[in-house]
Amino acid sequence: MRELLSGNEAFARGAFEAGVTVAAGYPGTPSTEILEHLVAYKDHVYCEWAPNEKVALEVAAGACLTGARCLVTMKHVGLNVAADALMTLSYVGAVGGIVIVVADDPGMHSSQNEQDSRHFARFGKVPMLEPSDSQEAKEFVRLGLEISEQFRVPVLLRTSTRISHSRGLVELGERTPPPREVKFEKDPPRFVAIPMWARQMRVAIEKRQAELQQYVETSGVNRIEWAGRDLGIVTHSTAYQYVKEAFPEASVLKLGMSYPFPDAMFREFAGGVKRVLVVEELDDIFEEHIKSLGIACDGRNIVPGIGELTPMRLAEIRARVQRDEGVSPSCPAGILPASASGTGSSSSGGHAGGTHNAGETPAPRVTDLPARPPVLCPGCSHRGVYYALGQHDVVVTGDIGCYSLGVLKPLSRMDTILCMGAGVSMAHGMQKAGEKRKVVGIVGDSTFFHSGITGLLDIVFNRGASTIIVVDNRTTAMTGHQDNPGTGRTLMGESTHATSIEAVARACGVRRVRTVDPYDIPATLAAITEELDADEPSVIVFVAPCVLQGKKLLGPRRAIAADECKACGLCLRLGCPAIEGSGKGVKPVMNALLCNGCGMCQQICRFGAVKNEEVSQ
Amino acid sequence: MSGKTETTSVVLVGVGGQGILLASEVVARAAMHAGFDVKTNEVHGMAQRGGSVIAQIRYGRQVFSPLVPEGEASVLGSLERIEALRYTSYLRPGGLAVVSSQAIVPVTVSSGQATYPADARERLAAAYANLRYVEAEELARRAGTVRAANMVVVGAMSRALDLPAEAWRAAIEQSVAEKHVAMNVQAFEFGRAAT
Repeated sequence: MRELLSGNEAFARGAFEAGVTVAAGYPGTPSTEILEHLVAYKDHVYCEWAPNEKVALEVAAGACLTGARCLVTMKHVGLNVAADALMTLSYVGAVGGIVIVVADDPGMHSSQNEQDSRHFARFGKVPMLEPSDSQEAKEFVRLGLEISEQFRVPVLLRTSTRISHSRGLVELGERTPPPREVKFEKDPPRFVAIPMWARQMRVAIEKRQAELQQYVETSGVNRIEWAGRDLGIVTHSTAYQYVKEAFPEASVLKLGMSYPFPDAMFREFAGGVKRVLVVEELDDIFEEHIKSLGIACDGRNIVPGIGELTPMRLAEIRARVQRDEGVSPSCPAGILPASASGTGSSSSGGHAGGTHNAGETPAPRVTDLPARPPVLCPGCSHRGVYYALGQHDVVVTGDIGCYSLGVLKPLSRMDTILCMGAGVSMAHGMQKAGEKRKVVGIVGDSTFFHSGITGLLDIVFNRGASTIIVVDNRTTAMTGHQDNPGTGRTLMGESTHATSIEAVARACGVRRVRTVDPYDIPATLAAITEELDADEPSVIVFVAPCVLQGKKLLGPRRAIAADECKACGLCLRLGCPAIEGSGKGVKPVMNALLCNGCGMCQQICRFGAVKNEEVSQ
Repeated sequence: MSGKTETTSVVLVGVGGQGILLASEVVARAAMHAGFDVKTNEVHGMAQRGGSVIAQIRYGRQVFSPLVPEGEASVLGSLERIEALRYTSYLRPGGLAVVSSQAIVPVTVSSGQATYPADARERLAAAYANLRYVEAEELARRAGTVRAANMVVVGAMSRALDLPAEAWRAAIEQSVAEKHVAMNVQAFEFGRAAT
């Protein structure tokens, strides 16, 4: 039976079919839906959201040592958090198979950077698989588990936004778990990484690397698709799909396992074609290695390394290959002059909108449209906090989550974003450096549990005086409403202890802790003013459930009475998508379809012009 | 580029939260029911929070890329008036553009950083030779819920897609909750009949 599955659904299906019994992760676009789909098989697979990626990997590491097959999921920046565990798990190795799905985000659709996780495979000396569509996404989970068990190694499974969030047809199979008893067999020299044993593990890794090298050449996970011999393209992941369409005449070496590198296959492939082109997304990892083998190839000189590859970029690459025909093959590896074909991340001569389509061209791009970036939802509880912060001349160190949208106009109340938890710690750093203004750190509930607590401990421990705001919307909102230690519910759907942020803050040693309703604008204004004045650490927890999750109106929909509105524009400073303005001095209009009835605009209007709408719908 | 003629490409655009994912799923499932290989791509995460979004669907005998090369979409559907202008480069010359008349004012306009084009309709007519401008909200309301404006647009798009009526019906049944099927089918039919 074939089913239309996203890459993330296919990873989940693959884990189910391959007999995974333990899965852990932390939400992060584009990886989140894997566990959300896997938990549909909760009678067979234990699934959990861990407080952060490092914990998730450690949970799975423990489980895999009992012989259980395990899956871990995270986004690329999450692997940075989990890297400490990964680096030594590579030494300790696996018993039951352990596959770590890491989702890169080339082009930064929903991320703060676009790091290339392939580096971690080499860094940790662990194999990496890279599916190129949903069918492979499913198959590679099982393959990864088998490799993990055969070579006693954690396996990285790298996906990307376009793999995870593209759908394709997938052949479904049965669940066929390997027969095995869950039991941890004690063996300290194997599982205890103290120096004297770690040194032995270090030697064993090199032996394993050699065996994996052999495997990658012969297993069939990498394949050569011979076609024309003038051009051979080395590629991987979603780029493979674009290559197949843009270069139907070329031979292709498709890397399903991108580490260790298949040296013999690189040599065989290069020997069979006149010219080698490496089409890889983000960093030039294959290209560097191929050149280190003494093989001449084109790559970064033609293929952009910033942002994601797309069919349009492949069309540009094709045009450049055709123009450069005969230039590169004679160039020795590694010394291709940058000027040979022009370097840089985009083609010269503007956008290639119509270059490939001789004759009629599509309509030109319209460039003067108003931008439409993502915004805080109508009725979002974060809005009141930013509005209140806007009354003070403070520095706001922000964090990762929906509330990062508070940086945009007209709220404009966030000054930094670095990584999970940094909203708390950076506030402390700025204050200790002597920043003259008050510094406020802002962090969400899930992010607080992920890595805000340690920053808060630091503030108390080292006698800081920052004000930390926790915008607690009772869920992990940005990634689509996942539970976290504060929500009182597990991924398995069981009720559990709801950890109190206020209690955690007090336990850290913060004396000034208070909880405020962010929809109450006067209370929000007062709380922020008072805590900013305090000369000691303080925490304000603004609690209100995410408006998207409730799906109910927060109150009556509002309307703006045109005869009472003075067009002062104050309500527009909330940046609510439901309040539509069209210029200075023009009275704003309420979009009744969008209003969620939070009433913040009613609270700030000085003329009483915002009324309760009587009729709904 | 050769080898592309047998793949049909479709794009759906609009504002995050308008139901683009569901619309995309219906098109993809209809193609699947008709026996084609199908790939889609959708936007999740941050962009869904009221931002400009695009979903892409491709079907044919064998589909490689889930992304639509610009200038190759046979049909473009837009759930919002000016979002259709943002993605003009995707439609192939002569392709069908179905545009909902709905206007959602971006916060960039409300906060005075930009203006919402008053001449959107004229600009659409200039950009798209084959334009179907539909009152999707109104038709959806008549079908029973304004939320089904996405199905009205899909219905209008279906006129230019060579997929059988049963495939569309099966796709809608598979994609929406049972109690909403009738309303969504009605909205689809209103869209298909709209001129």
